[in-house]
Amino acid sequence: MKSLEELERIRKRAQEAMRIREGEQPVKIVVAMGTCGIAAGAREVMTAVLEELAGRSLTGVTVTQTGCIGLCEQEPMLTVEKPGRPAVTYGQVSGDRARRIVAQHVVNDVVVGEWVVAARR
Amino acid sequence: MKEIALHVLDLLQNSVEAGASRVSIDITEDAAMDRLVVEVRDDGRGMQPCVRDRVFDPFVTTRRTRRVGLGLPLLAAAARQAGGEVKVESSPGRGTTVTASFGLTHLDRAPLGDMAATLIAVLAANPQLKLNYRYRRDGGETSFDTEAIERRMGSVPWGEPRVALWARDAIRFGLAEPPEPIPGPARDKGR
Repeated sequence: MKSLEELERIRKRAQEAMRIREGEQPVKIVVAMGTCGIAAGAREVMTAVLEELAGRSLTGVTVTQTGCIGLCEQEPMLTVEKPGRPAVTYGQVSGDRARRIVAQHVVNDVVVGEWVVAARR
Repeated sequence: MKEIALHVLDLLQNSVEAGASRVSIDITEDAAMDRLVVEVRDDGRGMQPCVRDRVFDPFVTTRRTRRVGLGLPLLAAAARQAGGEVKVESSPGRGTTVTASFGLTHLDRAPLGDMAATLIAVLAANPQLKLNYRYRRDGGETSFDTEAIERRMGSVPWGEPRVALWARDAIRFGLAEPPEPIPGPARDKGR
């Protein structure tokens, strides 16, 4: 059983973290969730990203979604957008790969070259 | 799709793309009638009759990145192979309701799957969306209504990973003292 009191505690912590980061440009993680992405495993990727961000207490990262971008054979796909950097799109991402992308790219700023399918300014 | 919950995720994406602000998801297991009914109702922009009549045609889509749309055709195939069917009600400005039925004990019915993971995947990426989920079976009902929770607590940042994961566990394991669900316009429309 979960309680609203627990949600209240989580919310307070999140609001404090947001205040500290006010004015900063957020990092964006975009998961492709068209039919093709979903069939290939986008939901597991989304879950892994949320768990990894929560586990590392990372704030200032926004998780969003997009539809099909026309590269269905590369699904599931995930894009990392850091302010002032090219957006990097990864293909054939699994839950484990998503966790590594969060650790290596989002946290440590090192692109995971072997899974990149596109990068754009 | 391996789970009905993945079809629901796909339907919810359609609702998001149709600009919905409220979506209700109702799942009913009826053992006496041997039916599993999944209904997704949104208040998005809806479809013209000429579009609605062709949603099961895989070569009809509004998207421009590729020219086939497989979401509803796949759902229709999954329902049909389990002795059920899919109905789509929609009109411009009045939203869309998709109702899929399955034979509950049919051997070819996909498992319901992880609805909690489906719902938070949508919620985390669309924190403004009001989600109202109800799951009914003989002898029990679970529900999760983001709007009812916010009415009690004020605005909740559903996009925060920890908040989204709390919501997942609340859907899976239940919520102590859940706030009364709010009967919304999306639900009583046209009934």
